[in-house]
Amino acid sequence: METLTPILAAAVRSGTPILYATLGEILMEKSGITNLGLEGIMLMGALSGFVVTLSTGSPWLGLLFAFLLGGCLGLLHAFLCVSLGSNQVVCGLAMTMFGSGASALMGRNHIGVAISGLHSFPLPGLAELPVLGRVFFNQDAMVYLSFALVVVLYVYLNFTRPGMNLRAIGDNPKAADAMGLPVARLRYFYCIVGSGLVALGGGYMSVVYNKFWAEGMVAGRGWIAVAMVIFALWNPFQAALGAYLFGGVEAFQLRLQTAGTPIPAPLLMMLPYAMTILVLLIIAVGKGRSILLRAPAALGIPFHREERD
Amino acid sequence: MRLKIEKRLVPSAWLKVTVPVCSVLMAFAIGSLFLYFQGVSPLKAYTVMASSAFGSAYDLSETIVKALPLAMVSLATMSCFTMLLWNIGAEGQALMGALAAAAAVRYFPMENPFAMLGLMALFAMLLGGLWSGFAGVLKARWNVNEIISTLMLNYIAIRGLEYFVYGPWRDPASLGFPMTKPFIDSARLPTLWGTRIHLGLYVVLFLTLLMWFLLRRSRWGYEIQVIGSNARAAHYAGMNYERSVVLVMFFSGAIAGLAGMCEVSGLEGRLQAGFTAEYGYTAIIVAWLSHLNPLVSLLVAFLMGALMAGGDALQIMMGLPVATSTILQGLILFFVLGGEFFYKYKISWDGGR
Repeated sequence: METLTPILAAAVRSGTPILYATLGEILMEKSGITNLGLEGIMLMGALSGFVVTLSTGSPWLGLLFAFLLGGCLGLLHAFLCVSLGSNQVVCGLAMTMFGSGASALMGRNHIGVAISGLHSFPLPGLAELPVLGRVFFNQDAMVYLSFALVVVLYVYLNFTRPGMNLRAIGDNPKAADAMGLPVARLRYFYCIVGSGLVALGGGYMSVVYNKFWAEGMVAGRGWIAVAMVIFALWNPFQAALGAYLFGGVEAFQLRLQTAGTPIPAPLLMMLPYAMTILVLLIIAVGKGRSILLRAPAALGIPFHREERD
Repeated sequence: MRLKIEKRLVPSAWLKVTVPVCSVLMAFAIGSLFLYFQGVSPLKAYTVMASSAFGSAYDLSETIVKALPLAMVSLATMSCFTMLLWNIGAEGQALMGALAAAAAVRYFPMENPFAMLGLMALFAMLLGGLWSGFAGVLKARWNVNEIISTLMLNYIAIRGLEYFVYGPWRDPASLGFPMTKPFIDSARLPTLWGTRIHLGLYVVLFLTLLMWFLLRRSRWGYEIQVIGSNARAAHYAGMNYERSVVLVMFFSGAIAGLAGMCEVSGLEGRLQAGFTAEYGYTAIIVAWLSHLNPLVSLLVAFLMGALMAGGDALQIMMGLPVATSTILQGLILFFVLGGEFFYKYKISWDGGR
């Protein structure tokens, strides 16, 4: 256990950016909008968070700015997909390309600069718990915030009126519209907030986790988050489980590399990706077609009030 | 007066041309803002891009060299997109094709170029097809989301290729660079007219006509079009969705694999890490911008090739990241997506009360 706890604590840290992005995507998908641009949004969040932290010296301002910029990108996605009814898959690809290009251009003078970022502190009371204390409650504030977010989102989605409305517009926008819900406006709202959370995950990478900026530093985590949503079956708690599982594979893989294992690094680095496919497969085989029942029924389908079919 | 939005019964034909053209112009306009606020003269950047893409016969030939894999991979993805199968794994499938071709050269070297190139193409198409067909089986049998599986397979392919070029296949004489030994002469696709344009040009032209025929004139193409536009109707008409998914995925992976083989055999002459420059993703834009029309995709691939050549020039001559040109790609796609609204719907001012 003594050797395992540092790896588990590292797993929580490296799973946190994926967790934020996954929670953001869950919000968007619950409202019926797929956003495949997570990779691009996270990169923009990572860059903006880093630049603002660097120039103001405040990591919290940096993270706030990352959230706001993510919201702007979510607004763009919502405009194209909600108002104009564009193809959501292609729109997400465009977002990924735009985000990776724009962050590379704007971040080119910030490579190799370090910031001090956020520091870990033990959470009073909980940090003394055996094992769990060291793994979960000796982290930075953003990790604690993500715990709270998981609980809040779970309660919001399942036990509140607005949460039920959110599920309604994603499952049956026509009925929700007849009930008097402003479907388009709500979808805008969840796209903006969801993309903000996604960008916050990117900001965590540069401001807290790495404390530097590097071109393309998100390295596929955005896409893994998209997969995580399915793994989690749109449930925030399962999203946390999935994110830490992947963080665990990553931390374990890093540990093996520094320990000088005979296994070549590229093969170890395949692990998280291979595991994503494996996990999706296990879920699909285990649940059969019922996975479709858990997905928001109107996911990816544009909704226009005027159209009747 | 109020704004009125009506659905067009027939998509406007002339907008199909003007929307993409305006999209490109507006993307460049927004892109120039980005460059300007980054302290780069947009005029200078665009001049550098244009002159390096079209400036001389040599530049033009290099643009075509870049357009070839784009055209081929976009053809590969078209059959999938036609049936709304979101295969975004062409990148990995092309990498696997290149890897298989290199394996053929390494383990079965032959003097006869026809036999050698034939074997390389066979290996490449087989492995590319299997790589994508695997995702197809997962989709058909267990309904595993193909966007995620093909994407993850891309990352696995990248690492797999790195394993070989950093490890067992590394050329000892390469001074530590991650690349294999140069291919033997019989494994090189001949180049044309003293440029770097290789025989892949003819492969692309042939595949374009083939895909046009398959998608627009064949029974198979008709089937996948029906599946794409109305899966339920296709099912009632007795079309087998599962079989089509696997078949189409295998087919598109095979073509992407061939594209990877042409790239290493025609251009690099060896396998090295990162040789695709993310053609696989750009090709998806090409397929989408050309409205899944194989003939149009040739032209679009050429223009995208120019954009990529321009991106390289920005790095070499102005010290900007190569990725700068992907901003333009993303913006073009945004505007085209937004613009599609205008040929599906008609907007007018309602004059009455």
